[in-house]
Amino acid sequence: MTRRDRMMKDLDQDIREHIAIETQDNIDRGMSPEEARYAAVRKFGNVTRVQEDTRDVWTFVWLEQLGQDIRYALRMLRKAPGFTAVAVLTIALGIGATTAIFSLVDATLLHPLPYPHPEQLVRVVDDLPGVGAQDVGMSVPEWHDLQRSGIFEYVSLAVYGPVNLTGSSQPTRAHYSGVAPNYFALLGVKPQLGRTFDPEDQTPGFTLEVLISDGLWKRSFAANPGILGKSLRLDDDLYTVIGVMPAGYHDPGRTSEQRNTEVWAAVGFAVPGRTPPLRNRRRTGATAIARIKPGLTIAAAQSQLDALVASLQKEFPEDYPLQSAWTVRLVPLKETVVGNARQSLILLLGAVGLLLLIGCVNVANLLLARASARGREMAVRQALGAARKRLISQLLTEGLLLSLVGGLAGLAILFCTRGFLVRLVPDSLPRLNDISINWAVLLFALGASLVAGAIFGLAPALHAGRVDLTLALKQEGRGSTGSREQGRTRRALVVTEFALSLVLMIAAGLLLRSFWDLLNVSLGFNPQNVMAVRTWLPEPNDPKTDMYGTPAQEAPFLRELLRRGRTLPGVEEIALGNRASIPLNHDPTQSPLVLEGREIQSKQPPLVETSSVTPDYFHLLGATLQRGRLFGEMDNETAPPVAVINEAFARTYWPSSDPLGEHLKLSPEDSAWTTVVGVIADARTESLVESSVPQVYLSLYQAPSQGASKELVIFLRGRLDPAATPVQLREQVQAVNPELPVFGAQTLNDALSASLSERRFSMEMVGLFALTALLLAGLGIYGVISYIVSERTHEIGIRLALGAQSRNILRMVLRQGLGLAIAGAAVGFVCALIVSHLMAGLLYGVRPTDPVTFAGVALLLIGVALLASYIPARRAIRVDPLVALRHE
Amino acid sequence: MSTKEQRERIELLQGTLDLLILRTLLLGPTHGHAIAKAIQFNSDEVLQVEQGSLYPALHRLIKRGWISAEEGTSENNRRAKFYRLTVKGRRQLAVETSKWDKLAAAIAQILRPTEQEGES
Repeated sequence: MTRRDRMMKDLDQDIREHIAIETQDNIDRGMSPEEARYAAVRKFGNVTRVQEDTRDVWTFVWLEQLGQDIRYALRMLRKAPGFTAVAVLTIALGIGATTAIFSLVDATLLHPLPYPHPEQLVRVVDDLPGVGAQDVGMSVPEWHDLQRSGIFEYVSLAVYGPVNLTGSSQPTRAHYSGVAPNYFALLGVKPQLGRTFDPEDQTPGFTLEVLISDGLWKRSFAANPGILGKSLRLDDDLYTVIGVMPAGYHDPGRTSEQRNTEVWAAVGFAVPGRTPPLRNRRRTGATAIARIKPGLTIAAAQSQLDALVASLQKEFPEDYPLQSAWTVRLVPLKETVVGNARQSLILLLGAVGLLLLIGCVNVANLLLARASARGREMAVRQALGAARKRLISQLLTEGLLLSLVGGLAGLAILFCTRGFLVRLVPDSLPRLNDISINWAVLLFALGASLVAGAIFGLAPALHAGRVDLTLALKQEGRGSTGSREQGRTRRALVVTEFALSLVLMIAAGLLLRSFWDLLNVSLGFNPQNVMAVRTWLPEPNDPKTDMYGTPAQEAPFLRELLRRGRTLPGVEEIALGNRASIPLNHDPTQSPLVLEGREIQSKQPPLVETSSVTPDYFHLLGATLQRGRLFGEMDNETAPPVAVINEAFARTYWPSSDPLGEHLKLSPEDSAWTTVVGVIADARTESLVESSVPQVYLSLYQAPSQGASKELVIFLRGRLDPAATPVQLREQVQAVNPELPVFGAQTLNDALSASLSERRFSMEMVGLFALTALLLAGLGIYGVISYIVSERTHEIGIRLALGAQSRNILRMVLRQGLGLAIAGAAVGFVCALIVSHLMAGLLYGVRPTDPVTFAGVALLLIGVALLASYIPARRAIRVDPLVALRHE
Repeated sequence: MSTKEQRERIELLQGTLDLLILRTLLLGPTHGHAIAKAIQFNSDEVLQVEQGSLYPALHRLIKRGWISAEEGTSENNRRAKFYRLTVKGRRQLAVETSKWDKLAAAIAQILRPTEQEGES
């Protein structure tokens, strides 16, 4: 029994008692019992009203009304299943798509770092603005300085690269990271099994202990819990597994390979028995991350760091020449992980938001149409005394209910298709967090549904109170055709819809044009029929056991590989290169450049893209020789070292003189100079977007793989079978050395398209949203024109009866649709101009005001509008004047 | 038509009736009929409370926590609800009384500006 029920029961008793006492009083005053009771009841007043008023005291009136409204709304929605299905589906699509994109944004932009106190994590970047070099890497003494500075809780270095994992059935390559022992203490991550490295470990060289990822553990070790203490062979060295990282753990790397590191080894960043590392010997490719001391802001840490840098520059003027202007920059780790994906994601969120808005406008239009059909019902209810407030809250409830049902349906669709959707997201998109439907995402979906419901529920609700009762009630049978004002609102809604669609279409059009331009850019090399297959030369910790340590050791192996590769079926050409020689699909591999006669810079040399290749590489890729010669078989390990440069390199470093015969070094410690023998035309091998990046090529025979470039790439051209060729090649490679893994077979066309994956993703998504928007806008204009036509059936009938040509009628109706479309396009143009300028950074080769896109999209929209108006227009000219005149 | 008039009358009475009930209960807990009688008697029969309207007001005061209800026995030995002023209600009575005084004074001042010193 509720409190209300209890109180009401008490009240009944009270009232009985009250009347009894009053009756008794009256009897005492000398009335007859019957008279007395009657007087008492009269004095008391209306018992029912007293009960009702008291009941109201104990009732949440609004709650009861809400219950009524919901029940009524459900009944109304059930009564119009067609309308309900269309509206719910529109909302479901809108909310589902918006929520899907939001979950992506949530995992990448909002919570990019799944570590404790992520706001304290920074990346430490060394710049040499004086020589135009950025992110040049940190030297080991600088690292020690930072650790001792008192600004940071931890500073850690990490180097990334692949590593050969042998011991299982087939040698495999794993993503590897050599990290300072304090790395995991810095991130604050615990393993699921075993332990991490001891952060205080000062052992120089490699500690022969590794941590492995959950994925590797499950894949290669069948999730064996006894893995701890087992040995693992990495590049010919034996390591002990000391821990397994938790599932879902990712490194805060910049590329997807770095983020998917599978093996971590602790590195001391000092070699025993060798001279201590030099201050100006920067670890290029090493990532320095740090955790700022608690309570310190990044800005405060940066200013303390600036002071430290200034004092170090004074202390070591030799290592930090003034002209290089050494600076150290702290970048929030979040930013370096998210990188330039931010813009694409925000664009996607904006696009899908627009789509949702268009969906809302569409449903608002449907609701308005229905409201005018229900005008009589509303009028009757109002005439019977329903307050305007109650009618509005009734309509709002219907809108909200519709949006919540739609939102639920959207979530259900999302939930069922999430596996498929996640696969659509390109790997290059940074996500350390798994994309998931978590509380934040659910809350977002709820919020979006409520806002959507309020938006489209409001339009009919605002009109509900303004019905002219006499007019509406006088109309017979049919629903009232709605006020003039309602028609205006519906037209305004369609104009809005068209404007929003135009914005989306133009955004999609610009992205499509950028993508198209990139696809059709002149590459400067020929990727057709070329396949790249990788292998990895082991790099043991002890250089003495390295069987490919010197050019003399490695070159015969390379020649044997070439000879065997050439025998494979379908192979017409074969060449070798290091990791950096794969077009478009590698991290920048830069070497410090020293030019003969300009050694003054050598303390802080500029960095240049470097790759090592065998002579046939240039012909295989179709590079164009401009001057001098390419490599030949005579440029071998015994000949003087030579280099081929591209035009951009020549322009940058010898703008006014002939580079041929000039000398350069790609490492300050090298003793021998390398002679430039040839210049090739620029090609987009570094990046599709940039037409000319200075590049230098060395002969692979003379410059064997080193460090991060121990990866060897075998290029094959010919009629290749993408499935069989890698297997045949593996047999040949392992015939030379059975320990070598063969992996990563990829055609260059695939590599090309992989380098466009992120752009393709945002283009496809925005394009999909834009097409949906176009469809919705078309439906919207169709609805409004149909409505106008049906409203004017009578008038059209008269016109036809009076002899109007059907052509004229057709034109009259089409003009209405055209007018709406043009008004929408005009508004949309202005918005699209703003939006296109905001997304300029995502465009390539096309201006944000590209007239072709703008005009094309506008024409397309107007075409759709005409088509959507044509169908009801044809209905209009088929009106039988007799029927139309009898109408009403 | 009549609904509207009645509602206006209730609203007019509402705040005042609450105040009168609280004031009556200050003398001690009592039952509904006695409250009605007391208001009538103490106002020299000027204020005719429609007895039924007392009950929604009583329940409203219970809900606000200004009075509480308990079982008791009336003077002629019948079971009845006795209403008692709570501490909160006592405070509220003070507030309401001073509010009423101010209101009455202000209205009196407007209606008879010349006699402002004399009465109030």
